[in-house]
Amino acid sequence: MSLLELQNASMQFGGLRCVCGLSFSLGDNELVGLIGPNGAGKTTVFNMVTGVYPPTSGTVMFEGVKVSGQRPYRITGRGIARTFQNIRLFGSLSVFDNVRTACNMHLRHGISHALLRGRGYREEEKTIRAQVGELLEIFGLLEHRDRPAKSLPYGDQRRLEIVRALATRPKLLLLDEPAAGMNATEKNDLMRLIRFTREKFGLSILLVEHDMKIVMEICERILVLEYGRKIAEGSPREIREHPDVIAAYLGQEVA
Amino acid sequence: MRNPKFCLILAVILAAVVNGFSSVINPYYYDILITIGINVILAVSLNLVIGYTGQFSLGHAGFMAVGAYFSAWMTGRYGVLFGESAPATGAIYVLALILGGLAAAFAGLLVGSPSLRLRGDYLAIVTLGFSEIIKGVIQNAEPLGAQRGLGGIVQHTNFFWTFFGVALAVYGVLTLVHSTYGSGFLAVRDDEIAAEAMGINTTKYKVLAFVIGAFFAGLAGGLYAHFKQFIHPEGFNFLKSVDIVVMVILGGMGSTAGVCLAAALLTILPEVLRMLSDVPWLPEPARHLADNRMILYSLLLIVLMLNRPQGLFGRLRFGAGKP
Repeated sequence: MSLLELQNASMQFGGLRCVCGLSFSLGDNELVGLIGPNGAGKTTVFNMVTGVYPPTSGTVMFEGVKVSGQRPYRITGRGIARTFQNIRLFGSLSVFDNVRTACNMHLRHGISHALLRGRGYREEEKTIRAQVGELLEIFGLLEHRDRPAKSLPYGDQRRLEIVRALATRPKLLLLDEPAAGMNATEKNDLMRLIRFTREKFGLSILLVEHDMKIVMEICERILVLEYGRKIAEGSPREIREHPDVIAAYLGQEVA
Repeated sequence: MRNPKFCLILAVILAAVVNGFSSVINPYYYDILITIGINVILAVSLNLVIGYTGQFSLGHAGFMAVGAYFSAWMTGRYGVLFGESAPATGAIYVLALILGGLAAAFAGLLVGSPSLRLRGDYLAIVTLGFSEIIKGVIQNAEPLGAQRGLGGIVQHTNFFWTFFGVALAVYGVLTLVHSTYGSGFLAVRDDEIAAEAMGINTTKYKVLAFVIGAFFAGLAGGLYAHFKQFIHPEGFNFLKSVDIVVMVILGGMGSTAGVCLAAALLTILPEVLRMLSDVPWLPEPARHLADNRMILYSLLLIVLMLNRPQGLFGRLRFGAGKP
């Protein structure tokens, strides 16, 4: 059974078909790239999978359970986490609190514990504090823990988004253009980080990225979208030589 | 806030001790003190909705009215249920305060659930409309005195109960927003889409903020009714809601310490302005400032927004340590 499976999923806004009959599946611990020219519907696929919009037709299955149509927070609860193309951190909260917020969904205790502050509460907060500290340490953000998230440098903000997503303990991580706006050194660090994340946390990653170098280098499998349709799927080598992909990116030769 | 429970108990003991001296305090100052306490409860609870959860509500006076009328009606009708001794009527009073708060919380749930799909100005207008509806219902409810107002309420509210309420409101809001559970409120304020993507049920948190805010507003209403002994629908109008919003904005949204300070300042300010009218050597317009204090308020807000948009206290918090 595959981890994530899209069955003939479509997304239509009025007369505009953003994604059209898309089917693909993703296995455990896979690293798959999703590419396509601007406006091909990559982010829409993410929004469909994470429940920001339910697909207008077709289904999204996660671990054999239909998740399309559920509220985003429920889908996250099942184990799908994401980052955003335009960074969406909790700007006024500290780096630490940003990650802590993502632990909210795993709380065993409710509001009464937060108000009464008994032993159970203190122990749980201590565990969360330790978990968050550990995550920040792994990703080298511990020194910034008390800074407001919006005051971080751009690259660190992108990294923090990944850390925050990981704090929800996902089985599948969706990264939406993590390399956007990064320089060459930062991109290299990012590639290392993505590989490391996948190994360390044993999760699957679906990556939307415009930077072909990154996608070709770290992904095992690549899906190509154009005008909301899947035009190719395969290994980086196959994709590089696929005539439809070349046509989509470079245009067709006029005979 | 190393140990919030300790602070709560300390505050309650302090309130009880000061209460012992209430007979030696000048009644005029005593009146101001209690009013400050009630306004602090209102402002701190509204700050949970506006400052911490980012939902702009203009209906806080409506929830206050629900609590005030419910508790006053209850003590009026069942005040001597357990006899006329002080502990018996006092118990009914406390019960009425709590039930008044719960009634307001229920009203908060009613208005919150459907209207929290709206954002910003739209939500403000719906909450404003809701509080006007509450006022309208009271104005036409004969058992609640309708347009004449409800009088003859026994005075139970004293320094102790008022500041017990203040301590509870401050404790409740601060423990919530500093806990991992309560981080959901702040996440909803900062970015709703991201909050939802982090597994936070944003609807639940918005409704919860409304319900808790309304509960304390109802509590404040009960305290107010049993202090002034007379309540009138016009006392809970739009201007009262705006007064509370101004306290929150002046104090700095999301800063409980600042909001407490602002509530105290804005309660004292009209009294100080009133004193000006007795100063003979002041020019005529300055003596009438008390009547025109709204002009001064707007001026104050403009100056504040220009110089300190983050509020009086800025990012400084209770139990600071953090920058």
